[in-house]
Amino acid sequence: MTEALLEVQDLQVAFAGGGRELRAVDEVNYCVYAGQTLAIVGESGSGKTVSCRAVMGLLPHTAVVTGSALFQGQQLIGLSEDRMREHRGADLAMVFQDPTRSLNPTMRVGAQIAEAVRAHRPVGRTQAREEAVELLRLVHIPLPERRFLEYPHQLSGGMRQRVMIAIALAGRPRLLIADEATTALDVTTQAQIMELLLELQAELGMALMLISHDLGLAASYADEVIVMYAGRIVEQATARRLFSHVRMPYTQALFEAIPRLERPAHSPLPVIGGRPPDLAALPPGCSFAPRCRHAADDCRAAAPPLAEQEPGHRWACWHPVNGGAS
Amino acid sequence: MTQGEPLLQVRDLVQEFVVRDRGGVKGGVVQAVSGVSFDIQAGETLGIVGETGSGKSTLARSVLQAPRPKSGSVVFRGTDLTTLRGSRLLRVRRHLQMVFQDPFGSLDPKWRVRDIVAEPLVAYRTGNRGERVDELLDLVGLDPSAHGGRHPRELSGGQAQRVAIARALALSPSLIVCDEPVSSLDVLIQAQVLNLFERLRAELSLSYLFIAHDLALVKQVSDRVAVMYLGKLCEVGPGDLVYREPLHPYTRALLDSIPSTDPAATRRATTIKGELPSPIHPPSGCRFRTRCPRAAERCAAEEPQMRELAAGHSVACHFPLSNVPAGNEEAVPAARTTARSEE
Repeated sequence: MTEALLEVQDLQVAFAGGGRELRAVDEVNYCVYAGQTLAIVGESGSGKTVSCRAVMGLLPHTAVVTGSALFQGQQLIGLSEDRMREHRGADLAMVFQDPTRSLNPTMRVGAQIAEAVRAHRPVGRTQAREEAVELLRLVHIPLPERRFLEYPHQLSGGMRQRVMIAIALAGRPRLLIADEATTALDVTTQAQIMELLLELQAELGMALMLISHDLGLAASYADEVIVMYAGRIVEQATARRLFSHVRMPYTQALFEAIPRLERPAHSPLPVIGGRPPDLAALPPGCSFAPRCRHAADDCRAAAPPLAEQEPGHRWACWHPVNGGAS
Repeated sequence: MTQGEPLLQVRDLVQEFVVRDRGGVKGGVVQAVSGVSFDIQAGETLGIVGETGSGKSTLARSVLQAPRPKSGSVVFRGTDLTTLRGSRLLRVRRHLQMVFQDPFGSLDPKWRVRDIVAEPLVAYRTGNRGERVDELLDLVGLDPSAHGGRHPRELSGGQAQRVAIARALALSPSLIVCDEPVSSLDVLIQAQVLNLFERLRAELSLSYLFIAHDLALVKQVSDRVAVMYLGKLCEVGPGDLVYREPLHPYTRALLDSIPSTDPAATRRATTIKGELPSPIHPPSGCRFRTRCPRAAERCAAEEPQMRELAAGHSVACHFPLSNVPAGNEEAVPAARTTARSEE
């Protein structure tokens, strides 16, 4: 865990349209290390998906991406599509939320995996097929030889997501990004897929990035958690520390709003009012200030910087929870 | 309705759908809901939790007679809805409303918020509609002057769901069936809408049939919780009891699958393997047995009936997890041998 596998510095993504500039991601920096599980958590529109797609080079041309993303020392931002394709799948791979839409409905799943294998390595058809069956086995699909010949519609949602993971693993990536990969799945299936991802990570020595709206899922499965709000990172710490020493009032609000089994029935959930701000018209100062219980005049005047205020714990807030003391 | 009689009494509800193969040949029968019974008292919230394909949405629709169930009875305020037709059914159903998962899918995109909320009032020809719409929008936390003239696309997800709730409240129903009403919302908005449901329940003494896949969420709003698996209820009981002392192995598996928000808590290994069997060919006996860690031969041979093991806490399982009545204690090994000797 000395040298970062992926180092993202000052990442900014802007979309221009209708005479307005919309800053979807701003001043994002983080590192991912081999063998680590990093979760990026935030609500819809917080920039969690856009920031990862920017690193993968998967944004439309209307997006203006600046900053740096070094993968093992190699710059990914600004690469041509051809050069990016050499990294995609082989260095970093991504699994998406909706496996139904990511799979080709007219192709047998085995052929889709074999295609991915051959896209990354110059192997013959027979060997690609063997490797595809092996990948199906790796993601614990029962009777892989038979499933190989089936079409996506013949598989359940959980099975399809396993096929997507097999395709993502075909290029033997060093970093796997799971973008809401279990959101569309049932809770028992979600647990199965998360166990599979962690098992594969340990087995293959990959780094894993979980993009999720679910702070509970992140706290439960990740080593390190980044919380994003309105395009910026507002807090980052190890999962353990974040849970016991939450600093940013937004993260606290997210934690409190989750219905928990321990809560007595009918007890009102602690809520904050309002909605995330319009990214094209961000308020001056802290973008969470309009909804924050602790907000004071200084919050509305100047945005707090994201800084490591305690060892391994970064947050961006002038008035942290508990005054920032342990 | 006499005193003490439940508001809603559902007995042996069955709903089946025929699936057709190529050429319209009957391919099989999906047993979506297979003999479900439950009661809801006035002012009570019954939560139903289940995964995709458990039949929980079909159950909700069968209660509302849309479509009509294949068999069974749905007695609402003393009247069996399955025997009513036409205007007599409409008269009763105004007291029974529904809120769906996707607010944008259930609101006409071309209508304005005011007209959407007024529609049930028009349909039932009530007076003072303008005033009533203002009152309803106010009740769900929307500003009639600011939001009333908007179209659904000009609303956020949370606001749109509030409009759907206002519409459901328009005719002053006594029971609202909520099918995954907050699952498309972000967690902070979800908490706001859940609190709204609770406030309305207290202010208007409403009852809810609250359906969701999230056990913690269901527990938050419910007095009693029913767990559904493959068309049948497997456990019913007070929310905190079902969570603290689950009796059915499936409930236990559901609880274990919930990610803990506490990273220090040790993660339990997944206790449930495999996938939901086809509802066209459900397993014999207990429908959960193919994935159950406690399944024995008896589970395949004999269907477990719902039985009450503690006050108000019932389970349909031959080998329930705890609260085993005397004489049947430490049930599993003993019960397994009994099962064999019976055969």
